[in-house]
Amino acid sequence: MQGILPYLISGISVGGQYALIAIGYTLVYGILRLINFAHGDVFMVAGLIMVYTTASMPMYISIPLVLIFTVILGFAIERVAYKPLRTAPRMSLMISAIGVSYLIQNLAFYLTGGLPQPVKTSIPWISDTITLFGTSTKRVTVVTPVLTIALVFALVALIKKTKIGMGMRAAAKDFETAQLMGVKINSVISMTFVIGSFLAAVGAMLYFTNYPTVAITSGGMPGLKAFVAAVFGGIGSIPGAVVGAFLIGLCEEIIKGLGQSTFSDAFTFALLIIVLCVKPTGLFGEKVTDKV
Amino acid sequence: MKKILALVLALVMALGLVACGSKDTTGDSSDPGDAADGEKVVRIGVFEPLTGDNGAGGKQEVLGMQYANYVQPTVDINGETYQVELEIVDNRTSAENGPSAAAELINKDVSIVLGSYGSGVSMSGGTVFAEAGVPAIGVTCTNPQVTSDCDVYFRICFLDPFQGTVLANYAYKELGVETAYLLGMLGSDYDQGLIYYFTQAFEALGGTVVAENFPEGNANFVSYINNAKSAGAGVIFCPVSINYAQLIVEAAAAQGFEGAILGSDTLDSNMVVEAAKGTDTELYVTTFYQEGGAPEFDKGIKEWINANPDALTNNGGNDMIAAVTAMGYDAYFTALEAIKAAGSTEPADILAALPNVTYSGISGEIAFDDIGDAKRDAAYIKTANTETGEWDFVTVQGVD
Amino acid sequence: MKKKTIGKEYLFTAIILFVVLAVTMVLDSQLPGYHIVIKVIKKASVYSLVAVSMNLLNGFTGLFSLGQAGFMLLGAYSYAVLCIPVAKRAGVYQYFDGGIVKFSLPEIFAGFLGDKVGSAVGMILALLVGGLIAAFFAYLIGLPVLRLKSDYLAIATLGFAEIMRTIIQWNAIGPLTNASNLLKGYPDFGSATAYLLLIGVFIACVVLLVNSTYGRAFKAIRDDEVAAEAMGINLAHHKRLAFVISSFFAGVGGGMLAMYMGAVQAMSFRSSMTYEILLLVVIGGIGSITGSVLTSFLYIAALEWLLRGLDTGKFLGITAPGLFKNGFRMAVISVIIMVVVLFFRKGIMGDKELPDLLRRHTKKGGGEK
Repeated sequence: MQGILPYLISGISVGGQYALIAIGYTLVYGILRLINFAHGDVFMVAGLIMVYTTASMPMYISIPLVLIFTVILGFAIERVAYKPLRTAPRMSLMISAIGVSYLIQNLAFYLTGGLPQPVKTSIPWISDTITLFGTSTKRVTVVTPVLTIALVFALVALIKKTKIGMGMRAAAKDFETAQLMGVKINSVISMTFVIGSFLAAVGAMLYFTNYPTVAITSGGMPGLKAFVAAVFGGIGSIPGAVVGAFLIGLCEEIIKGLGQSTFSDAFTFALLIIVLCVKPTGLFGEKVTDKV
Repeated sequence: MKKILALVLALVMALGLVACGSKDTTGDSSDPGDAADGEKVVRIGVFEPLTGDNGAGGKQEVLGMQYANYVQPTVDINGETYQVELEIVDNRTSAENGPSAAAELINKDVSIVLGSYGSGVSMSGGTVFAEAGVPAIGVTCTNPQVTSDCDVYFRICFLDPFQGTVLANYAYKELGVETAYLLGMLGSDYDQGLIYYFTQAFEALGGTVVAENFPEGNANFVSYINNAKSAGAGVIFCPVSINYAQLIVEAAAAQGFEGAILGSDTLDSNMVVEAAKGTDTELYVTTFYQEGGAPEFDKGIKEWINANPDALTNNGGNDMIAAVTAMGYDAYFTALEAIKAAGSTEPADILAALPNVTYSGISGEIAFDDIGDAKRDAAYIKTANTETGEWDFVTVQGVD
Repeated sequence: MKKKTIGKEYLFTAIILFVVLAVTMVLDSQLPGYHIVIKVIKKASVYSLVAVSMNLLNGFTGLFSLGQAGFMLLGAYSYAVLCIPVAKRAGVYQYFDGGIVKFSLPEIFAGFLGDKVGSAVGMILALLVGGLIAAFFAYLIGLPVLRLKSDYLAIATLGFAEIMRTIIQWNAIGPLTNASNLLKGYPDFGSATAYLLLIGVFIACVVLLVNSTYGRAFKAIRDDEVAAEAMGINLAHHKRLAFVISSFFAGVGGGMLAMYMGAVQAMSFRSSMTYEILLLVVIGGIGSITGSVLTSFLYIAALEWLLRGLDTGKFLGITAPGLFKNGFRMAVISVIIMVVVLFFRKGIMGDKELPDLLRRHTKKGGGEK
């Protein structure tokens, strides 16, 4: 009996991965008021790119390549599927997001032949097994939360200090007014997608280091859960998304530890419905007047 | 403009339905054995998942059939030589796609069907085969319900009750384990069925079990392994699909689980043994066939796989022979025997002949009982050699 | 407005529907039940009904719900549980001692209405019960969830569908639902005509509803909630009504899908099924029942039958195994979907119905329902 410790470690690690995806959701939602259903699939594609690049290239080339390709993908999705619909009703935008998700999954399915792709060469150092407080685990379990928090601090600094960050904050507050005030709205939105995809790519590399295969559907569940985390923490708020993600990761693993693993996914969604009904702004969400 | 387009589309669609309908009816009435160039052809339908959760396993099973077709591309019926064609249709692993995939096969005038990997989709396809009166030979679908409720379904592999009992016996008697931790995927009838039979047998022997389920798409098995540890389990029994098996094996190795991992026929895959390579995992699986059981077949198929890049990819990038490949090979020849015995390419004749067909295959003697199941009383047990990354034969285990 | 005179277009509509029905009957009598055309008509009928039910909610009322797969799941399981013949229950519920439901509706009715009529009555009744159960759950979940705004509603209903799937698979209620294992052996309407007639009746109900005062209230809510409320429409009441009715038809559709599949398992009812149906609705035209039906037939025929060649290497006489390999069919279809979503935002039909089309093109017409 090692008590609760292994579950906590595992929960924090899972939470860190959710956090990296959740930020992408929360940033996009904050500005476009869009649930980017395709974000989970971007995450999956990053995993696939990692599989293909690491198989043929050394690490110091393949890791930047994963980041670059994923960022390009996120950027392209926004330009192709969301930008033309900027004046359309929100429902069209969401349908477009679902369509993109469907398209990415099917294209990935075609390119991979419908088979899960084995992660053959995992990233060294972080995939070593280490012993922590008497429990053995992969180093990535420890690296993930640390890296997540470091990235979040960098991101917050970016948003607080830089001009583009200011633009993002302004667009999140009021889209039209920001536009009128001379904020280059298109580049701000693109930047949002670039940041979101970058973090998803980092998340994917950490996530798939732990796991032997990348399947077409790999992005679905983490994506949905990360979204729940974003809502739980208060959508639009970056610290909220991170805290929400860690809480959800922990809850999930603790539920598994309690022997109720049948309901570990269902719990996440039940939590979502409860949060939405009781406190739709989430833990840290600002009370914004909804622009209908 | 768009409206006209819509109308035109609709018209095309309606006309298409009618046209194809009538065309196919005339096609049905002609003799299915005639090919365009006058050569006699008999078609064998392959009903397998090529995509989805079971895609990897399904592809390996198809490899066996393709190789068999390569070795023996013709069959003599009443003194005439017929060319054998494989019609492969992907049933996408899931039960909802079963009926249409099965109908697609029937549409291609197949005389007999082989497959599928995975029982759920076999059952949903089985109703269509029964309706059409086309016999089907299950290759590695192990759920009792596949044949018990379907007159046209036969199978050449052993069943879940047998397999579950074999593994329970092995765990209790050979490994000397009294507590077993059972892990299956929520929503998978295959996993849950084997867990049920394992529990029955293991508890009858005097052992205790702790059973848990993980949700579909789960990728983090650390907590489950820890649960197994805290339950004091000496063995983890996880009859799951290949993807999850890899995850579980890796997680168990990373968490330093000291007991053994037991698996069913699905775990018998080079991809799983790959996951165990270089760790100190103890992994046992039951299976239908052990590489080395038929050296000639092994040699032939390895050459064939290595000469054929597509086959190599479908086999997971190496030339290790999975048991399902051997079973696919045997199923093909069993089907040929049935066609020969029937002396006809008519599904009805083959169906009538099939119960009495026997064939001595590379996985053992094949004969059917009253329900249509293979009479099998032994399973191979093998273990993962963590140094070489290959399977080592352990024993042949039966049920007392 | 529409009811003033029965215009020619309605006559033509009736003729078209009749022709479609006649063609199906001919196909039924000519082709064996396992023929791919029959399978396509059956599956497409089911998808039409589900798409129309989703359109009622998303298109006519403007409530963006993604819970369709969950309600279909409830309907499918209700149908299967109520209809498995008693003799087969021991086999189907092999791990749960034959289950706790010890009767079968079609058999009960066959007892005093004769075999054929009785079973049919029992099966239809089971479908309706499935619909009612789905509607009941919709009512419960609707109480808190319908207050949410568009995308929150979407994600909450999506979550609900996932929760339903987990509960059905839970071992503790296995004696009722058979947990993770398949339910099978229940009866099926053999002919495609029966499917078509049945969905025809249900879709006709939706059409009548849409053209009633309730339907107008739904559309008013979709166009402007505030204005609708100002006009005296009870928002909560009407939203709930639309949600419950839509779920009822989704439940019935789920039951019919179970019937078509021959074996039902909770695993099949994933969120991707909801997305698929949503995209059908969008392509058909949000707010057009004709569009949903038409698209369902086109989509299923293309997916299950006409485009299969794209996956197997040969299509329209072109052989290109390198390009036409597994999954190409789905990739092509999803590209088409994206093009429609981006560039033909109104879908094939916009918000027009079949009679509207015929009004301007009365000289010729044709189509599926």
